[in-house]
Amino acid sequence: MRAFYGTTLANGFMLGTAQYPSPAILADAFQRSGASVATVSLRRESGQDRAGQDFWQLIRDLDVHVLPNTAGCHSVKEAVTTAHMAREVFGTKWIKLEVIGEEDTLQPDVFGLLEAARILSEDGFQVFPYTTEDLVVADRLLHVGCEVLMPWGAPIGSGRGLNNVFGLRAMRAHFPDVPLVIDAGLGLPSQAARAMEMGFDAILLNTAVAKAGDPAAMAEAFGIAIRAGQLARMADPMEPRDMAAPSTPVIGKAFLE
Amino acid sequence: MRLLLNGASIDAEVRTLADLLESEGFGDAKVATAVNGTFVPAAERGQHELHLGDAVEVLAPMQGG
Repeated sequence: MRAFYGTTLANGFMLGTAQYPSPAILADAFQRSGASVATVSLRRESGQDRAGQDFWQLIRDLDVHVLPNTAGCHSVKEAVTTAHMAREVFGTKWIKLEVIGEEDTLQPDVFGLLEAARILSEDGFQVFPYTTEDLVVADRLLHVGCEVLMPWGAPIGSGRGLNNVFGLRAMRAHFPDVPLVIDAGLGLPSQAARAMEMGFDAILLNTAVAKAGDPAAMAEAFGIAIRAGQLARMADPMEPRDMAAPSTPVIGKAFLE
Repeated sequence: MRLLLNGASIDAEVRTLADLLESEGFGDAKVATAVNGTFVPAAERGQHELHLGDAVEVLAPMQGG
């Protein structure tokens, strides 16, 4: 597997920590998933209940890499400030950079994303940009210092799978040495397996697990699918063909007419 | 003095950002701070003086996707 800013992960599963029915189910989901990365966020803290402190202890107990995000940010300034705050709190240079440009699809504002990625890369951050499959934007992100790209599979939380298979294949082919993560939009483990079979290095998802009837079981299912897809890719799949070809040898077949 | 703390209006007799965190119960909590939209590192909170009407954000780890 390609390394992410010099870090080789145990597997290609990055799992979000939001929307679970309870902290215990979140912890169970992570344990059964085997995910190697947890995405986290920052929100306003109350001096009275200090809910964030308990959550942080739970995440530390998971013993996984932490990838903070800038979810909900709609401007470069907001995203850059949030990234600085996340670096201090979580003690990591990694930042999942989201600059949202449109409310219905939560599509990234790729112009703001590029500017924020440039600022943060120059400031020593290791940026994981949430982007589209647009090759020109991807190339510009690499030029400003990103060493990982995270194209969307489909709009965040939609569960639609890989909306633009052609575009994602083109991206994989165009950047053969860049770690690529499918970020968002998946709903089923089969979709994750397909992405891994296409050569993507990791899958980042949240809602498909957290909103399943049994989140821990679904987390395990995604873990198995991601591993299966990765193994299949490494095993060099056969080329599909239009016409049938018998798999059972014809030579030696009895003449029974 | 009148301040905005995480969007809520409060009255606090404090001089610095560090004083505010202490008086509002954050103590040794793992938080990050911003004043008027600008990040203030933990090491600078003791020197960062607050002024009437400042908007202070205090953020902590939270669930995220």
